[in-house]
Amino acid sequence: MSKSNTPSSPALSRRKFLRAAGGITFAVTASAILPKWATDGSETALTSEDKGPAISAWVHIRPDGRITIYNPAAEMGQGSMTALPAIFAEELDADWSKVQIEYSPIEPKVYGPGAWGGRMMTVGSRAVSGYYESLRQAGAQARFVLMDNVAKKWNVPLAELSTEPSMVIHRASNRKISYGEVASFATMPEKMPQIPAAQLKDPKNFRLIGNPDIERCDMPAKVNGSAKYAIDVRIPGMVYGAISRSPVNGSKPTLLNAAEIRKISGVIDLVTLGHGIGVVADTLEKALKVKAQLKIQWSTGAKAASHNSEQAYAEYTALVMDENRKGRSLETKGDLNNALKDASKVYSATYKNDYLYHAQMEPLNALVALSPDGSSAEVWCGSQAPDSAKAAAARVLGLDESKVTLYPHYLGGGFGRRSSTDYVEEAAALAKAVRKPVKLLWTREDDLQYGQYRPICLQYLEAGVDQAGNISAWKYIISGTGDNLLASGAEMPFYTLPDLSIELRAVDHGMRTKHWRAVGHGPNKYAIEAFIDEIAHDQKKDPYQYRRHLMRNHPRALKVLETVAEMAGWGKKLPAGRAMGITFAERSGSPGAGICEISLDRSTGKIKVHHIWAAVDGGVIVQPDNAKAQTEGSLLMGLSSIFYESITIKNGEAQQSNFHDYPILRMEDVPETLEVKFIDSQEAPSGLGEAGLPFIGPAVANAFLALTGKALRHMPFTPEKVLAKLSEK
Amino acid sequence: MATYTLTINGEKKTLNAEPDTALLWVLREHLGLTGTKYSCGKSYCGACTVHLDGQPIRACVMPISAVEKRSITTIEGLSANADHPLQKAWLEEQVAQCGYCQSGQIMQAAALLNEKKKPSREEIISHMNGVLCRCGTYMRILKAIELAAKEI
Repeated sequence: MSKSNTPSSPALSRRKFLRAAGGITFAVTASAILPKWATDGSETALTSEDKGPAISAWVHIRPDGRITIYNPAAEMGQGSMTALPAIFAEELDADWSKVQIEYSPIEPKVYGPGAWGGRMMTVGSRAVSGYYESLRQAGAQARFVLMDNVAKKWNVPLAELSTEPSMVIHRASNRKISYGEVASFATMPEKMPQIPAAQLKDPKNFRLIGNPDIERCDMPAKVNGSAKYAIDVRIPGMVYGAISRSPVNGSKPTLLNAAEIRKISGVIDLVTLGHGIGVVADTLEKALKVKAQLKIQWSTGAKAASHNSEQAYAEYTALVMDENRKGRSLETKGDLNNALKDASKVYSATYKNDYLYHAQMEPLNALVALSPDGSSAEVWCGSQAPDSAKAAAARVLGLDESKVTLYPHYLGGGFGRRSSTDYVEEAAALAKAVRKPVKLLWTREDDLQYGQYRPICLQYLEAGVDQAGNISAWKYIISGTGDNLLASGAEMPFYTLPDLSIELRAVDHGMRTKHWRAVGHGPNKYAIEAFIDEIAHDQKKDPYQYRRHLMRNHPRALKVLETVAEMAGWGKKLPAGRAMGITFAERSGSPGAGICEISLDRSTGKIKVHHIWAAVDGGVIVQPDNAKAQTEGSLLMGLSSIFYESITIKNGEAQQSNFHDYPILRMEDVPETLEVKFIDSQEAPSGLGEAGLPFIGPAVANAFLALTGKALRHMPFTPEKVLAKLSEK
Repeated sequence: MATYTLTINGEKKTLNAEPDTALLWVLREHLGLTGTKYSCGKSYCGACTVHLDGQPIRACVMPISAVEKRSITTIEGLSANADHPLQKAWLEEQVAQCGYCQSGQIMQAAALLNEKKKPSREEIISHMNGVLCRCGTYMRILKAIELAAKEI
């Protein structure tokens, strides 16, 4: 994507248009809607204050008919760089073949959707859902302006005009004019009218939204090697940075061999940071080699230094069992204590989840260049929060934000890691020290060991069943580190449970933790859904029918469960040694249900997933093929996490360093089939980037329970753990 | 520092580098061929896969001193107009998500199809197993390779 014709004036005000050379540029505004089903305690939770200001979406129509639509969201593989412009182009009635897509400037006041406080953050699967209504409105406004200009020019009533792709039509006089031609004379109204919802396109007339043939705009560049990630940027005079960071979070460095290091040819500077020592050198290979030669003494006494993840579970267990302890209530309903007393049987279980690492394929990196006089700066990075990254760079450089230009690039994976700005701040600090453009590269080891992990946690569940064996009381206590990150997905809005209590008892180990694809939904839905199956199993009830009863008051949720059961042929006779597991989970407003069919090698402990079926209700599906790809991806990343992934901490230090000891899913582990179905819906879109991930863990655990009668209660389900479980009496 | 002459995508390139400099840094930072990606630096993930005399290798662990006078092909040189059957199949199947591993995936797959026109699914999996994808595009990679194998 060329940045050259991207508008970047920060002075543009909303509800104003710019007459750009050789065409017309609209700034049109509308409020973004709130995702309706947001039940997340963290990234998807939106408060009433978040509604705030309106958003702007931009389009530039050139006289030759080319239409440039500016995409405000990060492109990290989720496809919103295509989906968002498609929404706008739908209402504009643009000829898609004439549409070009470019990143919008990082101006959150103009491009940040009101729905999350005017922040330009691409998180929580919210890009499409957050921008959907506002981009439809903005596209419709742009179309209105074109038609209004034609009405005046031809002196015909606006109501007699219609559009076809990139054409304004006057049927009465059999005339038509292209959008490009209109752009050459169009003027903008003083005030942009709000297009009533009834005048937006009837979804049955959508040509782009829901069209399975719309391809991702980034695909050609991603198969010929030309797609630019920040790591690929090279600029004249650039030098290279590498940083040796504290192995224990919070410890401070003292460099012991600075004089010796400075003598090495090619070393430009050494920079002491609060959490590490930076090397700046003339080549990347030099920077990396020298980094390995740094002799650093680390301060002792950091909080994290006493943390050992394997032992933390004992602490959490004690915490959740302590009846005098009161954590933070996430939800209470009815009278739990009485309901548990009245129960005909009470069950309890605890589930564990290790720390996870994001493992995005492109390690963190950023390039920062300070102008020779130090009065302005440029930043090249891939970020899920480019507005924060820009502000962070400005802060480190001592500049006003308006003096920093950030060029967004494709992200080689984000998964929540790239909504932090630590790597941009570091690059800014190095650039400030050496007054040269510095490209900072994190090695894989840096990226893993100075990671911000999905928190370790333990879920304690207790449930009472009534005479009929149905769950009547539900007690849920979550413990672990990472505070609010643990809360997402703990609630079960689609299950009818009149007496319930959900509580969080968090501990701070001084570790760096972060949102990780689907956040707390991964661990929490695993615990909830596995526990439900354990109870159903003991009650000798079919887990599908058992859930149907729990979901009886929520037809939208029930629909995905019934759909997936039908897809998989739930209840059919399976070959010997096979079993199915079923689960339900919602994430980012999208209810989803999954079934997997597994077999087990009892000698090695290896679980094989043969088939996966998923049914998801994402409302209107903007890009069906990409939505499917996202669901496939979130299911496979989920599979990776439940079979392989674990970061263990000893005395504050991560025990893993690269893909040899932090393995992720390989091609040999993919199922034979993976079938995804979306529910036909006219509802506004909800998030699909993470929807599959939360239900794959419990689907496998539940299939394992069906196959062996034993419950897997600690993710990941490694062969060692499986063998240990099989040998339990 | 030494001077090396390499043949990359059919063109002779001369550059100065330390003998132990990884081919990956030479390609990316010295020559600007950034389609080949850095991801693990230890040959665990395959993102940096290029062809050395037609064989797939991991450029991150290959010192420049070992590749002089040999022929290197990167994603940029795989086909004249990004029209290798695999690249076309990748578009057809809309394989990529973040896209970062895909150069390595395609180069690894291209080496397979050079050796074997009609690989079985098992052969594809065994050949591709060392190239990691975090976005989870493996199902589509498989389909795309099978599709390309039909076209060849």
